[in-house]
Amino acid sequence: MRRSLAGRITFNTIALILAVVFIFPVYWMIVTALTPAKDLFSKNPSFFPVHATFAHFKTVTGVQYFGDFWVNSLTATVGAVLLSLVIALMAAVAVARMRFRGRKSFILMIMIAQMAPWAVLQISVYMIVRNNNMLNEILPLLLFYMAMILPFTIWTLRNFVAAIPKELEESALIDGCNRVQAFWRVIFPLLAPGLMATSLFGFITAWGEYPLVLVLEQDSPHYTLALWLTSFQTQFGNDWGATMAAATLFAIPVLVLFVIMQRRAVGGLTAGAVKG
Amino acid sequence: MPSKGAQTGLRDDGDTAVLVPGAAGKKAGAGITGGLLKRSGRRSSGNSNSGATPYLLLLPALIAILVFIVYPSVDEIIISFQRLNAFELIGHVTKWVGFDNYQSILSSGTFWDVFGRTIGFTLINVVLIMVGGTLIGLLLNRLGNKIRFVLSIAMVFAWAIPVAASTTVFQWLFDEQTGVVDWSLAKLGFHGMAHYDWMSNEYSAFAVVVLCIVWQSIPFVAFNVYAGLTTIPNELYEAARLDGAGPFQIFRSVIFPMLKPFFFGTIFLEIIWVFGALNQVLLITGGNPVGKTDTLPVYAYLTGVGQQAYGMGAAIAVVTIVMLCLMMSFYFRIIMKQEDEL
Repeated sequence: MRRSLAGRITFNTIALILAVVFIFPVYWMIVTALTPAKDLFSKNPSFFPVHATFAHFKTVTGVQYFGDFWVNSLTATVGAVLLSLVIALMAAVAVARMRFRGRKSFILMIMIAQMAPWAVLQISVYMIVRNNNMLNEILPLLLFYMAMILPFTIWTLRNFVAAIPKELEESALIDGCNRVQAFWRVIFPLLAPGLMATSLFGFITAWGEYPLVLVLEQDSPHYTLALWLTSFQTQFGNDWGATMAAATLFAIPVLVLFVIMQRRAVGGLTAGAVKG
Repeated sequence: MPSKGAQTGLRDDGDTAVLVPGAAGKKAGAGITGGLLKRSGRRSSGNSNSGATPYLLLLPALIAILVFIVYPSVDEIIISFQRLNAFELIGHVTKWVGFDNYQSILSSGTFWDVFGRTIGFTLINVVLIMVGGTLIGLLLNRLGNKIRFVLSIAMVFAWAIPVAASTTVFQWLFDEQTGVVDWSLAKLGFHGMAHYDWMSNEYSAFAVVVLCIVWQSIPFVAFNVYAGLTTIPNELYEAARLDGAGPFQIFRSVIFPMLKPFFFGTIFLEIIWVFGALNQVLLITGGNPVGKTDTLPVYAYLTGVGQQAYGMGAAIAVVTIVMLCLMMSFYFRIIMKQEDEL
């Protein structure tokens, strides 16, 4: 489409300004983490890490239980994502591919479950876990995270399953597969990108979850990274360099996953499948 | 909070990376939010082989939802009829108080202040997110590939950063002593803003919170709008333009009707997310200035866990959920109507 040069320049300028606005907080987090402490308190902030140092990262990684926080976060998050994927995949296939009584009620239930305001369910979750003597354990966290991401996972997977042409499955059946084989050999490979994309969002939710871990894990060896990060300032006062280093370390797994998965999550479905 | 995002993927258009909701994409409508409402294409002809299979497949999900969502919700309601403070908690005493908790909440001025604040807070955030996200989505659609890639990447970072990290970063950006925002504002000539304490009054404190939420939420909307726009055939724009429609009219009579399901779905999700945003408010303001930045979830938390008045906190939570459901019932009706058409 033809556009005037002036118009193009205006749009590009706006876009660049917006890009700076969106990236700046993330950039600033990383730059601060690399800036020596004395520069952080100078009169004028330095916008580039000229005297870059890893001192703050050393402070952070030297924290007691630092390794435990990682183990806790990874266990709860990865466990929750895998478990919810398995459960959701079964439900998604049923909802997207089969007709049965109660299908609509199930969909409605999923949507209501999606609305569950976890921040305000803290109290009963706390009581339930406490009454089962499971405070300061990771398992309840894993299970509640699973439930937290389950509705969304079912919903998203349902859309992915529904998008796979039925003809593919039918031709597999004609070729002599049974339904289970047809699922594993035809549908599942096409779902892989969908599973990845879905798990990415589950991962983000569980990785950054805060309200529940706040009440369920009260002793520091059992903290997750999210909880540790938010309690960091109480521990280190106004050491912004170290705080930003901690925030960076906490954010990196998600940022990396995003970059890797975004690209892989796509291709397959739109490219290969529809030719059939 | 549910994860911010539809099944969005970076689509590889030559050298552009563009976020497209739903690898399921074009076919299933626009991403989750589109999918929520719009199911294009043929009616599912239905494999009527069902029998017990679908129920068996749903069983694990049903159990998980019953045990980990329904049970806590019911328990929350039960607790809201009890007096459950530190004493009762330690002694495992159950003390029923009927509607006392509700009575004292609904008759307290504080609750209604918090309630009004929460509505206003939700409204401001959702409007800013939707308007900003739509404008940026429209902008993405007009940009050249390279610039679009740059803006997309910047937004992906804002979107992906976990909330616990972003709230920490915003505290640092707006720090009174050495925050870069205060410094920049002072440099730009607003000398009063040098070493401004953003947490000194509720308006500036909320400004920081809103900025943080909007900044993180806009990418989701923008990417979805953009992906939706790419599904609108060019001929429609051209026809509208031939008829002499200006940009605003094109938006109103071409784009908006096409993306309506998406807008409904997104507003639905955004309201839930913003309404329940505990982290951002609690972590950025730290509850300061005292009592003036509480929204309903924060109020429930501070009362229930903070002051160890669990019964009272649970009652606030229940009222919050009821309010949310009332607000959402409108949406359910629309969505279920769509499902009927399946």
